[in-house]
Amino acid sequence: MSTPTEGREVTFAQAINEAMHEEMARDSSVFVMGEDVAVAGGVYKLTRGLLDAFGPERVRDTPISEAAIAGLAVGAAMTGMRPIAEIMFGDFLALVMDQLVNQAAKVHYMSGGSLRVPLVIRTTMGAGRRAAAQHSQSLCAWLAHIPGLKVVLPSTPFDAKGLLKTAVRDNNPVIFFEDKMMYQKKGLLPEGSADYTVPFGCADVKRSGTDVTVIATSSMVHVALEAADGLAREGIDAEVIDPRTLTPLDEETLIHSVKKTSRCIVVDEGYQRFGATAEIAAVVGEKAFYYLDAPVHRIGAMDVPIPFSPALEDQTIPSPETVMTVARKLMGR
Amino acid sequence: MIPLSHRDTECSRHQADSVQKVECMSPEITDTPPITANTKALLDLYRQMLTIREFEEKAQDLYSRALIPGLLHSSVGQEAAAVGVCAALRPDDYVASTHRGHGHCIAKGADLGKMFAELFGKAEGYCRGKGGSMHIANPDVGNLGANAIVGGNISIVTGAALSAKMRGTDQVAVSFFGDGALNQGIVLESMNMAAIWRLPVIFVCENNQYGEYTPMEQVTAGEVIQRGKALGISSAAFDGMDVLEVYRATRESVERARRGEGPSFLVFSTYRYYGHGMSDRDRPYRTREEEKEWRQSRDPLDRFAAHLMDNGQMTSSEKDRLHKEIGELIHQAVEFGMEAAYPDPDEVSKHVYSD
Repeated sequence: MSTPTEGREVTFAQAINEAMHEEMARDSSVFVMGEDVAVAGGVYKLTRGLLDAFGPERVRDTPISEAAIAGLAVGAAMTGMRPIAEIMFGDFLALVMDQLVNQAAKVHYMSGGSLRVPLVIRTTMGAGRRAAAQHSQSLCAWLAHIPGLKVVLPSTPFDAKGLLKTAVRDNNPVIFFEDKMMYQKKGLLPEGSADYTVPFGCADVKRSGTDVTVIATSSMVHVALEAADGLAREGIDAEVIDPRTLTPLDEETLIHSVKKTSRCIVVDEGYQRFGATAEIAAVVGEKAFYYLDAPVHRIGAMDVPIPFSPALEDQTIPSPETVMTVARKLMGR
Repeated sequence: MIPLSHRDTECSRHQADSVQKVECMSPEITDTPPITANTKALLDLYRQMLTIREFEEKAQDLYSRALIPGLLHSSVGQEAAAVGVCAALRPDDYVASTHRGHGHCIAKGADLGKMFAELFGKAEGYCRGKGGSMHIANPDVGNLGANAIVGGNISIVTGAALSAKMRGTDQVAVSFFGDGALNQGIVLESMNMAAIWRLPVIFVCENNQYGEYTPMEQVTAGEVIQRGKALGISSAAFDGMDVLEVYRATRESVERARRGEGPSFLVFSTYRYYGHGMSDRDRPYRTREEEKEWRQSRDPLDRFAAHLMDNGQMTSSEKDRLHKEIGELIHQAVEFGMEAAYPDPDEVSKHVYSD
């Protein structure tokens, strides 16, 4: 399921907000909790209007206690509720790792299937906001490493809305990463209030091409698309594929594309070392090796704490120019 | 599969407000009358404590003979806390437990055969052999599982209490944890949220005097109950070797919780007769005299048996018969566990995700 070619224009933030409104209206067991999500509507206004629509029982401002936010959400999810817990910045996932990694991810398995955790953790990722080292990281690879969790990385308003609805209806813990730099980015949704969902494990070809496959996640999809436009002017036809979910990963669509183009670049905003790009590159290397005309190339964030100064920060983030340079190299130009 | 018993008793306000306009009665407090005047119920407390003790002794014996793999943490000595607390709960009330959790599991109504099967890693165990001693869960009777992270269940249980409140039931949730968990930050975070939202949760600290190999007072500042009091939580310490004292304290907290008066923090002083696990049999961190003192003068089974016999509620022949009966039950449970099959190899990748 892909973004419609016509419809109404909304921002990435509005799409996520709509998904929460609709899911809370649909299912009374869905509730929202997090820091400043109720009265203030969230620091990025993602939960705006939910308090008025659903009241303080179901839209809960919490203390600044990330570990307990996640832990209470796990317990509520195990006992009949469907919490959407907001962890304000993805960097704060470091504070909730026990609740996600040792608890949420393992409850279903450890209990032999007798308990389950239908939980959504919404959090942010993405550098470029001059927010420095503790408010800018893209830590999705941490969670994609853990069996039992699902990891979602939407890149468009359409995908964000449809994937969040799927996340709320899923019976597993889902970590939903929103690149804060995309919140005001606009895109089309279907007209009216038609209910649609975007399934997990279903990659989307954002641009078709024949020369090189660029597998990109979240905001890096837009970096890749911009690079593809530039490459097209040079006669290089790039295919851009968005996996949309890291777990589950739609290997089939990725491999199919690489078999066609014989070249592959993987772009993700997490640190490059041991990152999502490494895993996807390894999958391509293992499953499409004999179709490759060049080594699979990874492009992640620089392996440094994200610096504050604009003069430094920008060079740590993958850019269209980087993608173009690598693509030219893979094409032997 | 979600065999949570609350589904039967669910009476949810927001459900009533939804489009279905379900007619819902207000939550009714359905506690059983106090058991303290009921001889049969009192005998059952003794029976449960004895069952836990015999279960734990047998499990240690099997472990020593290399028949149980992995890790094992005995709760011998702490039976009164598990039994006294769970006696004050309904089957649909929630508990979650610790690495030292067999007693809580038995007191909340687990089947001994399925427990032993789990300890052996068998498919008929409570977790199909995937959890083992430290992770037994039994949601049919509200047991959300034992947790092998110290302090790991506290926020989860608080979340179960939040869920009960949001669903409009009068269920109560109990978190069992040891003194070792007191210094985990999540305890403060969870207690604070329970207090601000007046959640029906009871924080039960079984102070067995040692966090693993370290004496509690060496690593724990201040008077423990002040930690709850500082948050406005009803907090008190009790003799955790006296099953009736534990029961009465818990019952009062349960009633408060059901009335919507919020959380309680109960600290039960108790003693772990054996080591932290099976690797510290020499226990260099404490003296044999100290152990002897607890066992001889405060043992929860001996004391309660004496109490029942003094009051003419149990004769010595009844006691003997009970011991024989429990011994036989344990024997049968071990047989069941040993004869049960191991999981099929393809079970390894089942239940990573729920459908």
